[in-house]
Amino acid sequence: MKDYLVLRVVSKLLIPFILLFGFYVQMHGDYGPGGGFQAGVIIASALILYAIIFNIGIARKAAPMWIITSISCVGLLLYVGVGIATMIAGGQFLEYGFLSTNSASGNHTGILIIEIGVGITVSAVMLMIFFSLAGRR
Amino acid sequence: MISDQLPIIQIVILLVASPLCVIFRNGNWAWAIATLSTWTVLGIVSFLTFNIIQEGPISYHLGGWRPPFGIEYSLDSLNIYIILLIVFIASIILPYSKGIIKKEIEHNRRHLFYSIFLLALLGLIGIAATGDLFNVYVFLEISSLATYVLIGLGRKRQSLKAAYRYLIQGTIGATFILIGIGFLYSMTGTLNMSDLSTRLQPIIDTRPVIAGISIITVGILIKLALFPLHLWLPAAYTHAPTVVSAFLAAVSTKVGAYLLLRFIYSIIGPSLTFDSIPLLEILLSLASLAILVGAIIAIFQNDIRRLLAFSSISQIGYLVVGISIPTVTGLTGGIVHIANHGITKGAMFMTIGCIAYSVGETKLKNLKGLAKRMPFTSAALLIGGLSLIGVPGTAGFIGKWYIVQAALDYGLWPVAIIVLLGSLLAIIYVGKILESIYFSKGEIVFGRVEKLSFYQIIPVWLLIIATIYFGIHTDLTLGISIEASNTLVGGQ
Repeated sequence: MKDYLVLRVVSKLLIPFILLFGFYVQMHGDYGPGGGFQAGVIIASALILYAIIFNIGIARKAAPMWIITSISCVGLLLYVGVGIATMIAGGQFLEYGFLSTNSASGNHTGILIIEIGVGITVSAVMLMIFFSLAGRR
Repeated sequence: MISDQLPIIQIVILLVASPLCVIFRNGNWAWAIATLSTWTVLGIVSFLTFNIIQEGPISYHLGGWRPPFGIEYSLDSLNIYIILLIVFIASIILPYSKGIIKKEIEHNRRHLFYSIFLLALLGLIGIAATGDLFNVYVFLEISSLATYVLIGLGRKRQSLKAAYRYLIQGTIGATFILIGIGFLYSMTGTLNMSDLSTRLQPIIDTRPVIAGISIITVGILIKLALFPLHLWLPAAYTHAPTVVSAFLAAVSTKVGAYLLLRFIYSIIGPSLTFDSIPLLEILLSLASLAILVGAIIAIFQNDIRRLLAFSSISQIGYLVVGISIPTVTGLTGGIVHIANHGITKGAMFMTIGCIAYSVGETKLKNLKGLAKRMPFTSAALLIGGLSLIGVPGTAGFIGKWYIVQAALDYGLWPVAIIVLLGSLLAIIYVGKILESIYFSKGEIVFGRVEKLSFYQIIPVWLLIIATIYFGIHTDLTLGISIEASNTLVGGQ
């Protein structure tokens, strides 16, 4: 894609904003539209755009397959970890109210953390799918 | 209290262990994690079984939401019996897998195998544990997706094809179940099974409800591989890695049988099945066909794994015959046969895994004279075969006995004849295996016999001994089955 000046300039401009928007969607998932799944896809799409337009080799080096695989597991563990934390705190599995002294803020924290877990896993899996398909010749 | 949390902990342990297997990125570590976590779960499930037998059903509310609104895990004698079977088989198969998969799965994929195996196990346990219809669908998808991958992990080209075939048919089945759940939900506004059951009673004759019930039943029958919908099963069992086919043959269709039981008896209740649509009659005739057709096709197979796959189709017929006779005896027969056939088939597929490992062959004509080289393994196959036929003293006998009795009590003597005929056909196909490994004369075709390690011998013989044990001491299996069928058709 070296010759396509417009594409390169525009994506270079857009990628930071795509990432920022991804984080916005992630953190506002509990009150507004959005959440971990959408945010994960948006964040992954920024990286995929970079890999398509510029250089897939550099993208691969920045995010090697084994690291993405482990990261996708970390997201899942984060989700389950919240459930375990609520059980230790004395509630049922995923009863977020027990995460804090105040039920409302406990619910807020709980949802926020599991959405982050979902976001991490989804973006990692999206990258895994892209890299394993892009590796084919 | 920690003991109140046990119904969810049995699933959470596996959910934590599965990603850990991937993070460690080492086949041996992953094996250790998987085995330890499964054994822990076996301990928990045994404890829960004990509790439920003594004190009655347990209900667990996820997230602290009350049942009709939130997701509920309700464990009674039927669920816990199925879960115990699943976890028991898994905790025997995992040690067995240590040596076997070295030949069947590439080195750098071994940790992924264990991770996915745990996910499949988790999904199957979840299907049995949950009391929420949509949650059933979610766990069904988890276990099915994991199973497709497990089948496709085999080294042969055909295993990918088999996985793809199962992927297409399994997805159709799961989608059917989802659409049916949508129908029922739109009519009642609830997904909790016991709530759904009470709300369905007044509107059971309306068309959307009948449509929903039919669609869900078809979906479950695909997962269960009942005769005309069985097409994914033979290829999947034949071409999957042997560890996977042992696990699938032992438990995955059994969970389908559980779903059918739960759906017919706990959710829609027997009231509908006699009046509006002849659900039980349809199931009964399909199951009778399955017994005969499965056994007849099995006779003509040349590959021992394919032969046993068709024998499974025939045995699934027995399960469904038991399930579709709505008396305590009939259901007891069906439920007991779920576990007994699971143990038998698991043992046989594990034995075949040993043969494939040592000899590298599963074609019958290449296994001539195996009994001389591998006397103990052949004996294991012999005992398993006897149990498939239903010889008294083996596990396979108990279920068939109850099913025949129930069919006669219910006035279904043609079905009783078919069940007996199925056993005669089983003699032929089991005889075909034994003939080639014991009695066939002629040159031994296979070359070197590789020695088996204790990791393989002990699990196989544990299951073979269980096959005999549950044929003689029936207190555990029959006791729970009778209690479970009493709760299912208690009012009659």
